[in-house]
Amino acid sequence: MPMIAFLIVFPFLAAFTLAFMKRHGKGRKYFIFACCIAIVAGVVWFAADALIGGGDLSLLPETKAIDMGILAAEIGLMGLIVFYGFRFRKYYVALLSVAQTGLIAWLELTGKNEIAGNRIFSDKLTVIMVLIVGIVGCLICVYAVGYMKDYHARHKEYEDRRAFFFAMLFVFLGAMFGLIFSSSLTWMYFFWEITSLCSFLLIGYNRTQEAVHNSFRALWMNLLGGLGFAVAIVYAALVLHVSTLQDLVAMGSGTTVAIIPVILLAFAGLTKSAQLPFSGWLLGAMVAPTPTSALLHSATMVKAGVYLLIRLAPAMCGNLAGTMVTTIGGFTFLATSMLAISQSDGKKVLAYSTVSNLGLIAACAGVGMHEAVWAGILLMMFHAVSKSLMFLSVGAVENSIGSRNIEDMHGLIVKLPEMAFVMIVGIAGMFLAPFGMLISKWAALKAFVDSKSILLVVFLIFGSATTLFYWTKWLGKLVAMIHNSERLPNTVKGSEWFSLISQAFLMIGLCISFPFVSTYLVEPFLADMFHETLPAIISSGNLYIMLIMLCAIVVLPIAVRFLTFGKKRKIVMSYMGGANAGNDRAFVDSYGKEKPMYLANWYMEEYFGEKKLLKPSLILSTAALLVLMTIAIGGAV
Amino acid sequence: MNVSKSPWLLHYDGSSCNGCDIEVLACLTPVYDVERFGVINTGNPKHADIFLITGGINHQNAQVVRQIYNQMPKPKVVVAVGICACNGGIFKECYNIQGGVDTVLPVDIYVPGCAARPEAIMDGVVKAVALLDQKRKKAAEQPAPDPKEAG
Amino acid sequence: MELIWRIVWVAGYVLLAPLLGGLLAGFDRKISARMQGRKGPSVWQPFYDLFKLFKKQSVVVNNVQDFLVYGFLLFIVFTGGLFFFGGDILLVFFALTLAGIFFIMSACSANSPYSAMGAQRELMQMMAYEPMVLLAAIGFYISTGSFSVMDIIAAKESAIGYLPGIFVGFLFILTIKFRKSPYDLSTTHHAHQEMVKGLTTELSGNILACVELSHWYENVFLLGVVGLFIVNSTWWSWIVAVAVILVSYFLEILIDNVFPRVKWQNMLKTTWAVTLVAGVINLLILTMIK
Repeated sequence: MPMIAFLIVFPFLAAFTLAFMKRHGKGRKYFIFACCIAIVAGVVWFAADALIGGGDLSLLPETKAIDMGILAAEIGLMGLIVFYGFRFRKYYVALLSVAQTGLIAWLELTGKNEIAGNRIFSDKLTVIMVLIVGIVGCLICVYAVGYMKDYHARHKEYEDRRAFFFAMLFVFLGAMFGLIFSSSLTWMYFFWEITSLCSFLLIGYNRTQEAVHNSFRALWMNLLGGLGFAVAIVYAALVLHVSTLQDLVAMGSGTTVAIIPVILLAFAGLTKSAQLPFSGWLLGAMVAPTPTSALLHSATMVKAGVYLLIRLAPAMCGNLAGTMVTTIGGFTFLATSMLAISQSDGKKVLAYSTVSNLGLIAACAGVGMHEAVWAGILLMMFHAVSKSLMFLSVGAVENSIGSRNIEDMHGLIVKLPEMAFVMIVGIAGMFLAPFGMLISKWAALKAFVDSKSILLVVFLIFGSATTLFYWTKWLGKLVAMIHNSERLPNTVKGSEWFSLISQAFLMIGLCISFPFVSTYLVEPFLADMFHETLPAIISSGNLYIMLIMLCAIVVLPIAVRFLTFGKKRKIVMSYMGGANAGNDRAFVDSYGKEKPMYLANWYMEEYFGEKKLLKPSLILSTAALLVLMTIAIGGAV
Repeated sequence: MNVSKSPWLLHYDGSSCNGCDIEVLACLTPVYDVERFGVINTGNPKHADIFLITGGINHQNAQVVRQIYNQMPKPKVVVAVGICACNGGIFKECYNIQGGVDTVLPVDIYVPGCAARPEAIMDGVVKAVALLDQKRKKAAEQPAPDPKEAG
Repeated sequence: MELIWRIVWVAGYVLLAPLLGGLLAGFDRKISARMQGRKGPSVWQPFYDLFKLFKKQSVVVNNVQDFLVYGFLLFIVFTGGLFFFGGDILLVFFALTLAGIFFIMSACSANSPYSAMGAQRELMQMMAYEPMVLLAAIGFYISTGSFSVMDIIAAKESAIGYLPGIFVGFLFILTIKFRKSPYDLSTTHHAHQEMVKGLTTELSGNILACVELSHWYENVFLLGVVGLFIVNSTWWSWIVAVAVILVSYFLEILIDNVFPRVKWQNMLKTTWAVTLVAGVINLLILTMIK
């Protein structure tokens, strides 16, 4: 219990202190490192304690005082949003915020929400989430220290508000911990709103017109989800007389009595995890400095959305809420992975791939069967680590070569070999056998087939093919060996390196240790969740085979070097019809002049471009969402 | 197994009038069917054993021919097909022509004719194939260090 | 006892597949030649080619090409080995994808215009056939209740009875996998020269020989998957399977000689359309009756 309080409160205290540390210097740097170490230590301590001590925790059944404190803070948040809404003349934002906070305040103040229920809850899923948020989140904070220095050195046009930036990062972590530990829906909602506001402030960090515009888009979309959340709380309290998520899910499993709040919460989860038609806010979040994107995309924010969906899984199994989530999730998986093909901006590809992967996780949660939820949880873990690794390395490359375009990363393995290595680990982790994501995809496929949802199977098989395409072509750019090209000076800072390398090792470690994670964390959680012991999802034989593959990949380069050691082979230029101009970077054209060669990847704008696909996908997904929600709610009322 | 069982060739058209090129392609047709000897027209120096050139060498393609030759793995044979490739032929006195292929590469087999007849071309290829075996044997007997060849 | 048999199968595959694959390639060339009214080379010609390549000097454009090509060979053999061991068919297909990516990487690493073009086209081909491959695995799972090849061949009825559409779809993408016209976009054995040799442009000598060898292994494995549609617990189904394999292979050769090469747009559209129509409708009906 003290550890839970520490994890929730400490980041807020750290943020408060940081907000006043305006001097750029060693002091602040070491303070951030110390806070990160404290949080990671706390997280590990908590995880170890929960695993050894076993058992789930339910705490704080009666806390009128804290409830009121939270309500006051919520009204404060509303005030802040209304202030920003008026200042930038975005009145609809203020309206949304007032509406939902008003609802909650009315519920609390009239005493209609005084229902027995624990405010804090912790089980194995909490442990997993805490580990993700704590470790990945802190590594991103460590990275941010070095990155922001370079960022402001390169972008003199932006006002240097680093103290505020670091403070916001820690607020984010605190809010995430709060969200994860909360059982009470009102508490959860409060932390949910903090993450919405926080992402709004972080996206708008640069205060350019684009940044402001995108930050407001993020805000209204998330507030819309928040409104759904608030209505769900009111409905649950007034009609069903439950105030905690656990009770609600228990009530909703197997029946449709709780379908209205479940579907509203699922809607909130879909907006937060940036599913179509709400994908716009996450793509717009790219305008912010890299650590923001990394944090939003990997450890926090979007993970809050899928976390809620996974929690809701038993209540969505086999009803219309589940159908809605699987349809939207599956469709998002396919549509955004196709859109990712046409993008050459590294961060944009990552953004689309995040949305796409979250779609798959959402679909897994919506199916609600134990294999599917298993796959969803593992996907979430692997995705958090590899995506944060990818974002941070793209940011580091951008600081080194001045571009984050994938085309400019041609030959990175020669120019910045260490960076290329880190990226290769990240990409391999995203889609290649025998690494993490693929195993989860495999389980997801099996679950989709078992649940007889052919539509999902179709989304998954085509989505896998398009995913393969955009990752492999990126990988291909990295490994191009250009003759006579120089190594670039490595300008990556020590703290950034530390963060990148630890994440690369975390990724590899996770790939190797996932059977243990599955056995000791995920499977016990699922056993509790579905109240039955479950068969092994991947047989031990297949696990050995995957281990053999992993070993083969590691041993292969060494073996090949050993075999070809001492063999002299002739190195020649690549073939360009004999018109090669001395090295493989230029050729002699028909005027006898040297022309540089440029090898581009395929983007196929006219087939997969945003112009072609984005609008239809938005329309389709909006229609699907509206129709399914209307049918579900109409059917229940 | 000998290299001669599988001669893959690369056909390069220098400044030919295309007469010899037509005849080279004729060799691949069902009438002559050089593939029955295992001959494949690869179009890629890195896969080829035989470098078959038609037409003379001019100032523009001299460099190209040299580069392609250097990109071929050993053992390799050069076959000059047609009188232009042998010594410049009818174009010899033109302002842009350097002469036959032997002005830039060590030619192993000369196939004369204007245009060279398919029978003659096939005869040249068969001779080239025999030479490939010889060269390989030689290389195996004395693993001479690589002569200086710019990559 | 069963384990010993399974290991014998794997050993048989690893040792005999090159022989079988090479012979198939030899007959391919002979039959193609006859279709074109030529005499054609000896059926042993592919072996002559292979041995020659091993003896030639290998010229490389960089020092990672060979590593990546060996990775391709290793994982193709692994894929086939796992299949003939009776492993999980989904895992088999995932390993196949991994092998393919090694191959593409070797072409990308060369930094050469022709091999880069071949790599992009190969990737396009993978995107085109991947859904159908996964669908085949799913089809086996639904019709026999297991992803394991061991269980699939022990089923009472042949999978093809349930999966006619998926079988047709699989034959369709086999044209891409065998690198046969009209879908030999990334590298080809025909004399198209607009992209030289695509993927394999920068490979030579023993490295090229490894690619050739991998293709033989791959082809034998793929024909094994065709056979898997037919084989059931009866002994005579194995004979039928061999016959079907030979007929399918002949069909691919025929297609190769009849159709001209198409653009990638055409390939992607037709392949996905066939996957959707033949594969998905088959799957829909299957889930209804099972």
